[in-house]
Amino acid sequence: MSEFHNPDGELPRFRFRLGFTIALVLICFAILFGRFVWLQVINHDFYRTRAEDNRIALIPIVPNRGVITDRNGVVLARNYSAFTLEITPSQTAGLEATIDALSEVVEIQPKDRKRFKRLLDEAKNFESIPIRTRLTDTEVATFAAQRYRFPGVEVKARLFRQYPLGHIASHAIGYIGRITERDLKWIEESERQANYKGTDHVGKTALEQHYEFELHGETGYEEVEIDAGGRAVRSLKRIPPVSGNNLQLTLDAKLQEITEKAFGDRKGSVVAIEPETGGILALVSTPTYDPNMFVDGITPENWKELNENPSKPMVNRAINGAYPPGSTFKPFMALAALEMGKRTPGQSISDPGYFNFGNHRFRDDKKGGHGTVDMYKSIVHSCDTYYYVLANDMGIDNISKFMAQLGFGQRTGVDLGKDDSGESKGVLPSQEWKKKRFKKPEQQKWYAGETISIGIGQGYNAYTPIQLAQATAVVANNGVMFRPHLVRHIVDAKTGEKRLIEPEPLRDLNLKPQNVDVIRRAMIGVNKEGTGTRAFAGAPYETAGKTGTAQVYSLKGAEYKVHLVKKELRDHALFIAYAPAEKPKIALAVLVENGGFGAQSAAPIARMVLDYYLLGKMPAGAANEDAEAIEADDQAE
Amino acid sequence: MIDVAGTLRRWWLNTIKHIDFPLLLITMAIMAIGLATVNSATIDSSHRMLAQAGNMGLAMTVMWLVARIPPQKLMNFAVPLYVFGLLLIIAVLLFGISVNGARRWLSLGFTRIQPSEIMKIAMPMMLAWYFHKFEATLKLRHYLGSALLVLLPFIIIAKQPDLGTALLVGAAGFYVIFLAGLPWKIIIGLVAAAGAAAPLLWGMLHDYQRKRILTLIDPTTDPLGSGYHIIQSTIAIGSGGPLGKGYLNGTQTHLEFIPEKHTDFIFAVYSEEWGLLGNGVLLFLYTLLIGRGMMISAAAATPFARLLAGAITLGFFTYAFINMGMVSGILPVVGVPLPFMSYGGTALVTLFLGIGILMSIETHRRMMKT
Repeated sequence: MSEFHNPDGELPRFRFRLGFTIALVLICFAILFGRFVWLQVINHDFYRTRAEDNRIALIPIVPNRGVITDRNGVVLARNYSAFTLEITPSQTAGLEATIDALSEVVEIQPKDRKRFKRLLDEAKNFESIPIRTRLTDTEVATFAAQRYRFPGVEVKARLFRQYPLGHIASHAIGYIGRITERDLKWIEESERQANYKGTDHVGKTALEQHYEFELHGETGYEEVEIDAGGRAVRSLKRIPPVSGNNLQLTLDAKLQEITEKAFGDRKGSVVAIEPETGGILALVSTPTYDPNMFVDGITPENWKELNENPSKPMVNRAINGAYPPGSTFKPFMALAALEMGKRTPGQSISDPGYFNFGNHRFRDDKKGGHGTVDMYKSIVHSCDTYYYVLANDMGIDNISKFMAQLGFGQRTGVDLGKDDSGESKGVLPSQEWKKKRFKKPEQQKWYAGETISIGIGQGYNAYTPIQLAQATAVVANNGVMFRPHLVRHIVDAKTGEKRLIEPEPLRDLNLKPQNVDVIRRAMIGVNKEGTGTRAFAGAPYETAGKTGTAQVYSLKGAEYKVHLVKKELRDHALFIAYAPAEKPKIALAVLVENGGFGAQSAAPIARMVLDYYLLGKMPAGAANEDAEAIEADDQAE
Repeated sequence: MIDVAGTLRRWWLNTIKHIDFPLLLITMAIMAIGLATVNSATIDSSHRMLAQAGNMGLAMTVMWLVARIPPQKLMNFAVPLYVFGLLLIIAVLLFGISVNGARRWLSLGFTRIQPSEIMKIAMPMMLAWYFHKFEATLKLRHYLGSALLVLLPFIIIAKQPDLGTALLVGAAGFYVIFLAGLPWKIIIGLVAAAGAAAPLLWGMLHDYQRKRILTLIDPTTDPLGSGYHIIQSTIAIGSGGPLGKGYLNGTQTHLEFIPEKHTDFIFAVYSEEWGLLGNGVLLFLYTLLIGRGMMISAAAATPFARLLAGAITLGFFTYAFINMGMVSGILPVVGVPLPFMSYGGTALVTLFLGIGILMSIETHRRMMKT
């Protein structure tokens, strides 16, 4: 190895090197100064001309937003062109005076002025800003006649979003609204800010938000020369925008409409799924709202009304309402028992009408009990005692382990909202869950007595309607689970090319066919000789179903709806079903808030949905409440 | 009797004991220009001048504190700071927050930090310590060791990916190696190898980095995106002319043609309003700053002190040159603020950490002599 070190030469050499870098610094700065001279002296005239006389402005051209259609091509969201009155501030004589004078020609309300002011703060002054939207033909004509009085004011055609079906399917489609600070952050984090120049609306909820970057399209631009005052002189170049992609849904708009109408003025939710794909056929949450209200900026009065309405129309109950499943939980419990070898189908218990645990007596709905009950009968007649005993035998962690496989207590990942966080998880109780949920050690312990009511879908159990529908679909599909989704195709607006959103098989539970068959036969029995008989009387197809009634007033640990209890003490009515039983084309979960017994109000809605979907039968209106079913239920459930 | 005047005088002398006035005056002159320009850039919208003045106060407090630490003590920090910085940038790679596809930030819950900033100081300190330690027995293998110390953080930061900062950190390390006496033969060899490896490096760049280089060659290819910045900033500078359009009169600036005009592109604002004359003044001030730093380095008492002072000073030069070069369109856009001019607290604190170290080296040497 050679010797580089020379102690005596150390300092002088360092200083030489330092001198070398100083020379380098001076050379670099000289180059920079040369560049400045080149720009500021030699080419100064060129750049001054570009800056002073012909400033080039890039005016973005916003693309058309993609259209959303249902599975049959019915338009759910589209764009329409409307006239707006717009002001280019730099070209007016005086802004306030112009607006005052304009208000004598067309109607300008204080809210229009307020919005204009807000937009003015955000805009560059060579851009035109709308003062009035949606001018009528008369207004356009009136203004056109007096145009000469208003320099810098013009009528422009702009595109607006429109939801032709109004409040129908609004919880699935969502709406767009003005871009806020938070939306902007989202766009920036997705590295799309360049594409959003000029765009002032963005998807706010549901599909409109989830598929924002598909629907938006690519912004084009026009290169225009503007003078020192910001006036456009002439157009140099135009790169046209590319329209956003269209969405074709798995949703059936007619089915959706019929289902929503079936609720009348009741609150609740229906999720109907195609079991073989996970495609959502209907996603209902009532009451709904009209998304058209949001497009042009919702008025404070409407906003207040929507938010203060005790029925909470803005809450999407299908993915955000967590409800105890009540007796609809029983088929899943029975399946768990079969799969884990805790029961055989023929094994029966003798039901005295209650189950004693410690010194607490858990009662069955039917006084005196159901007598000898096997698995078939436990589902058909919804025997509580059978499931008290079963839950006690299985233990909480076995139950939660099996139910987790069915998707209970987890987000389904449905394509609604910006990300998963918009969907509620619900509560799948387990020892671990309780430890996390509660702070105090004495509350964190799981008591064996708490397991008993879990068996009949009460206690801490709380699931979203979409989870219940998904679990039903899994059973209908022999244990293969698909991610529930609303979009079937993304259609390229330019080429018309359809991109299929492949159904995503999440997992195969590997259920034993004979076990699934036991449950199927019992659920068919429910609608033939059990609690669902009245609702499905005379149906020409075979259905598998299960009624459920969830006690509202004994709700513990669930975050939902406590305020409603005071008003309305009726239980929530539930119904799950799939049909045709042998080769299911549809699986669904129905929930009617404070609907009383499942057979009374939820099952008739399910019947209507299935009648339309399988037979094309149009219902007369809202589903009836079956008052006599209450008595029948009293006997059975 | 209590000598009030005398006590006050002693207190004051003690306070300014470690301030190097030439350095202080030069940086304050540049900052005065910067503050006025930040005001011009944000007068229509966000009004950042007072906030920037606050940043300056904070940064100068850091400077004052650091200047009081003797260089021998600073040397003790070299290794821990380097290791700490290295761990942080590895943590960023593993747990960092992604912004615009690059993981550069580490969340601390209440705030987030950009640990690669720490390496801008930690790197030259570490290498200065290293060469100080092996000064008497410097062999070829020591240069290899130092190359490893530079390359490790360089590669990690480049992977974030933040090529701009990686190059700055790498440069800070290379300056120390160069000043420590890296043989010319090797330097020439490296330059030749780099030329040969350029096509290979091109393949390793991220798409957005390639795009930046391509738009540098022809900005008009991407007029809505990164090319827009360069087109508009060159128009701003060119239209400024020999004497500028006058303070607050830059049309490019006030008609919103300049993006990020109070941060990375502040030079365009200044140059449009003050012209070639203003640019000359600013270049002169930076030359004075670098000259003073070099004087401190040349006179420093220990190898650690002179290597560190030299590398920090060259760092200032690098930032200023790259920023002005990028804004005037002869270097690629690499997100480097203009030292002491651009708005932003983090960069100012890092810069004044450097100034504080220079002051410490200079004032402690003078005190040793007397």
